[in-house]
Amino acid sequence: MSQQEILAELAQIVNEIAGVPAGDVTLDKSFVDDLDVDSLSMVEIATAAEDKFGVRIPDEDLKDLKTVGDAVSFIEKAGVAA
Amino acid sequence: MRVVVTGLGATTPLGGDVASTWAGLLEARSGVRRLDAEWAAQLPVRIAAPAAVDPGDVLDRVEARTLDRSQQLALVAAREAWADAGFSADAGVDPDRLAVVVASGIGGVLTLLTQYDVLRERGARRVSPHTVPMLMPNGPAATVGLALIARAGVHTPVSACASGAEAIALALDLLRAGRADVVVAGGTEAAIASLPLAGFAAMRALSTRDDEPEAASRPYDKARDGFVLGEGAALLVLETEEHARSRGARVYAELAGAGISADAHHVAAPEPTGAGAARALSLAMRDAGLQPRDVVHVTAHATSTPLGDVAEARALRTALGDAASTVPVTATKSCTGHLLGAAGALEAAVTVLSLHNGVVPPTRNLDDPDDEVGLDVVRFEPRALPKGGAALSNSFGFGGHNVTLAFKAVG
Repeated sequence: MSQQEILAELAQIVNEIAGVPAGDVTLDKSFVDDLDVDSLSMVEIATAAEDKFGVRIPDEDLKDLKTVGDAVSFIEKAGVAA
Repeated sequence: MRVVVTGLGATTPLGGDVASTWAGLLEARSGVRRLDAEWAAQLPVRIAAPAAVDPGDVLDRVEARTLDRSQQLALVAAREAWADAGFSADAGVDPDRLAVVVASGIGGVLTLLTQYDVLRERGARRVSPHTVPMLMPNGPAATVGLALIARAGVHTPVSACASGAEAIALALDLLRAGRADVVVAGGTEAAIASLPLAGFAAMRALSTRDDEPEAASRPYDKARDGFVLGEGAALLVLETEEHARSRGARVYAELAGAGISADAHHVAAPEPTGAGAARALSLAMRDAGLQPRDVVHVTAHATSTPLGDVAEARALRTALGDAASTVPVTATKSCTGHLLGAAGALEAAVTVLSLHNGVVPPTRNLDDPDDEVGLDVVRFEPRALPKGGAALSNSFGFGGHNVTLAFKAVG
């Protein structure tokens, strides 16, 4: 799965859970500061991403996923590893 | 200090707002429906009174998805009440002087059940992080407090089916104690699900008239056989008279007093003489400075259970004396079903409207009045009320909780 495909899918998830327009979900955006995603919704997004991409996002990694780009890179690497 | 009612909001089995609910009551329409969903197929009772308007259709999708249905209903009613009181985002109240009291009898039981299914079927890691804020009983109060930006305190009294009335009694205390200028108070409930229905049915508390849903809730009728579970929310905007006058608010009625007692008799059965309920009635009248002759109307708790309705009638005769045989009484659960933790708030709102509009909605399904009741129960047609006077609203809950609210007509 390409970075662009992961981003598109992740944007759908963020839209579904937090109501952020998918077009606003770009690599440079911070989940908390730019997209106004709270900590509970962040957990939900991570869980949905695990289901969608077939990866595991441990809590200790989740706290480092500050931006959409961080998440896309993590999923990309985790997906390759899997 | 006088406390007045300046705003009303409700979403009920009769309609998605106060106006449609009131119209439904005047027509004595039934909100009781057959439950055709698969989850209800094996239940001993397959009727209920669901909210007429799905709150999910009214609220923003993202806003609604992290709220339990009881919270969604409360939010819908809160916004209506807030606007009805003449407040807006621009013209509000000092947040430090605004309190919220929203009760629930059971809390977020739909969330609890849904997430328990998730836990069993998909494992702990798939349980929603919103589960706890959605199931906690204070969740609806918190939802309303966040929406209206209330910082003078957000509270949740829980006393089963008296909860909604107890919320309003607590609001009266807060205002009298000077802890707030405005309090948004009431109750909400969304418990039409397999486990609550099975539990109430196991107590033999529910009507089993599955083949005639609209005839199932029949307070004071000889053929009554239990209550019908309803859902919805009702909230009142209460404020000090001084605050209401200073902003030129329309005043529906005065919340003149409240009476609270406990039976200490049995966890579920009503005290058969109605002594505890009579004490709540007497305390409310004393608090409001009322004599029995001042009472022009009573909205009864009357859930349509064989024992409860008669015990309440005894309580009214004890507290009101001879006046009990002539004061018009109504039992709106005949139309709405029993909204549990929202019931007392909805009936308070209806009592306020009865005083304000000068008319009492009739009790539905009262075809053959029980001889043991001995009250002047309004049936068939609405009954006009004289100008002025006071009205009482009773609420009782499992646990032996008794709450009576006293309202006075204004202007």
